[in-house]
Amino acid sequence: MAVITYLEAIRQALSEEMARDARVFLIGEDVGPYGGAFKVTDGLFDRFGESRVIDTPISETAIVGSAIGAAYMGMRPVAELQFIDFIACCFDMLTNFAAPSRYRNGAGVPIVVRGPCGGGVGGGPFHSLNPESFFLNTPGLKMVEPSTAYDAKGLLKAAIRDDDPVLFFEHKFLYRRVKDEVPEHDYVVPIGKASIKRVGTDLSIITFGAMVHVALEAATTLDFEGVQAEVLDLRSLAPLDRDAILATVRKTNRVLLLHEATRTGGIGGELAAIIAEDAFDDLDAPVTRVASADTPVPYAPALEAAFQPDARTVVAAAKRLVKY
Amino acid sequence: MNVPPTARPSDALTRNQRLEMYYFARLARDIEERLVTLFRQSKVVGGLYRSLGQEGESVATAYALATTDAVLPLIRNMGALTTMGVRPREIFLQYMAKGASNSRGRDLNIHIVNLPRDGEGRPVIVGPISMLGDSIPVAAGIAMGARMKGRSLVAMAWIGDGATSTGAFHEGLNFAAVQTLPLVVVAEDNKYAYSTPIAKQMAISRIDERAAAYGIPHEMVDGNDMLAVYDVARRMVDRARAGGGPSLIGVDTMRMQGHAQHDDARYVPKALLESWAARDPIAQFRHRLIDDGYASRQDLEDIDDMAKDYVAEEASAAEDAAPPDPATVTRGVYAGDDFAEPRLEFVASPFAGA
Repeated sequence: MAVITYLEAIRQALSEEMARDARVFLIGEDVGPYGGAFKVTDGLFDRFGESRVIDTPISETAIVGSAIGAAYMGMRPVAELQFIDFIACCFDMLTNFAAPSRYRNGAGVPIVVRGPCGGGVGGGPFHSLNPESFFLNTPGLKMVEPSTAYDAKGLLKAAIRDDDPVLFFEHKFLYRRVKDEVPEHDYVVPIGKASIKRVGTDLSIITFGAMVHVALEAATTLDFEGVQAEVLDLRSLAPLDRDAILATVRKTNRVLLLHEATRTGGIGGELAAIIAEDAFDDLDAPVTRVASADTPVPYAPALEAAFQPDARTVVAAAKRLVKY
Repeated sequence: MNVPPTARPSDALTRNQRLEMYYFARLARDIEERLVTLFRQSKVVGGLYRSLGQEGESVATAYALATTDAVLPLIRNMGALTTMGVRPREIFLQYMAKGASNSRGRDLNIHIVNLPRDGEGRPVIVGPISMLGDSIPVAAGIAMGARMKGRSLVAMAWIGDGATSTGAFHEGLNFAAVQTLPLVVVAEDNKYAYSTPIAKQMAISRIDERAAAYGIPHEMVDGNDMLAVYDVARRMVDRARAGGGPSLIGVDTMRMQGHAQHDDARYVPKALLESWAARDPIAQFRHRLIDDGYASRQDLEDIDDMAKDYVAEEASAAEDAAPPDPATVTRGVYAGDDFAEPRLEFVASPFAGA
């Protein structure tokens, strides 16, 4: 197995799916000869040509709208948003057109809308968003966010093969920082399945995306102090893997919910509700949330570091939780 | 220098085709008149939106298409649906929110979708969502997807003057232009978007000038003259089919009733309505057919009766249909949970093939 970056894994998934299925095409801003703002689609224009790697005007509504239309005609569009923050510009197309289409008329919309999310790179208020909770309340959409190269490739392949609209959030902090073993053979990571990234017995840290790595770092520190944290990587945010969530809660009886999006109205609230409804008797301590501050994403490194959760804040919260 | 008059595409229309156009327009009006009765009987769920005064342009634009092309009509394009052969019963099932309707009671009026495979011989139909401008990018995508699939298809999307002010309209049209997509947009200046007059909608005097910024052909036409509309539409459709790219037809017409049945449209000057009432598209076409010797008064009255009787039968069949089963409410949000095959019935017109 080759060790490749998270970014290379995404590119491989795109390339292999395009080679496997003539219906798959890419559409977005600067995805063609330039290869995308982060070079995710680098080389794909040369390999597949301009009819399958389509550069668009700066028109997110047209990108997603035309992807919906092409999907109606039997294609499998993969739309790139240059930064996931721009998803706000096509919110209407996603929530009003794509999401309810199957329910309304039995007209499935097999599109993938992917883009770089998350902070930690000095991107400021408009290049750092984690938008999952905007869409969590929209039936009809699926959402995934990988934390490893292996999951990135397998989840993207699953998203492209899925018959429903899938939002694929790729964390830009991980693009070139995360590398792991990715098989040469074809595989998918099924949507809707969480993954235990570290086995533990004293508390469960439920998280996803770049925060998985923060959780693992925190777990290493906690280990020195004799606390064994289990780290559950959700991978899919819609649908959520309720069985895996409840299983880890029943095992450790203490839960720390960790996400990079801001705290109020974040996905942590939904996770807490699921746990309260279905595993209340299994809890030995209140459910704890660790998330970003309720502010826009600030720019200066010192401010952003203060805004986002890090291993230190996770360790502190975990210690309070195990002492409760 | 004298320029010889160019042949009008409508010159090639046979008697049968002209009568068929008349029939489709008549059918659209009769369906809506029947819907008004059902609305007053509280059998229509929610609002009822008329296309009174716009039946002619809706039919004449759609009549320029092949039966396998794509249409994205709005609520005021009932005539496009009758022209593409949608069975009237389907409209009644939708408006009465029946379980057997195309949306299975999940969505309103003409929010219908039909996605036939290539070779099935049926039109692609993607009804509007209430964010009407969204039809344009989706229409562009249908045209693009068909081209990628090697499927010969022209997409036609209708849009009211109000929705031409949305960002989606402009993004979609611009994208279609740079991609040279086979798309014909019919932009209807029907004078009001709900209560807002067109002067508050745009500072240009002709709606078709919306297209000028995108470098595509655009033309204004008298929307109440069915043959004139057909002429422009046919040229634009042929152009798109030949690879010439998108175009926009500006239609000068009038919404003869309020936005919906609950709206008495008191904001519309009476004189304006009266001047347009004298130009009713169906009445004008009727006179034209008689004057040009294509039909006698009796021929047209026979068509009127046929349309009315057919619509009445279709409406009562739909009235008898069952509402959706509440047990299905959570079904079909995602793939793999479909409980009923999406369906839409088509019907051949009495003039087809003759």
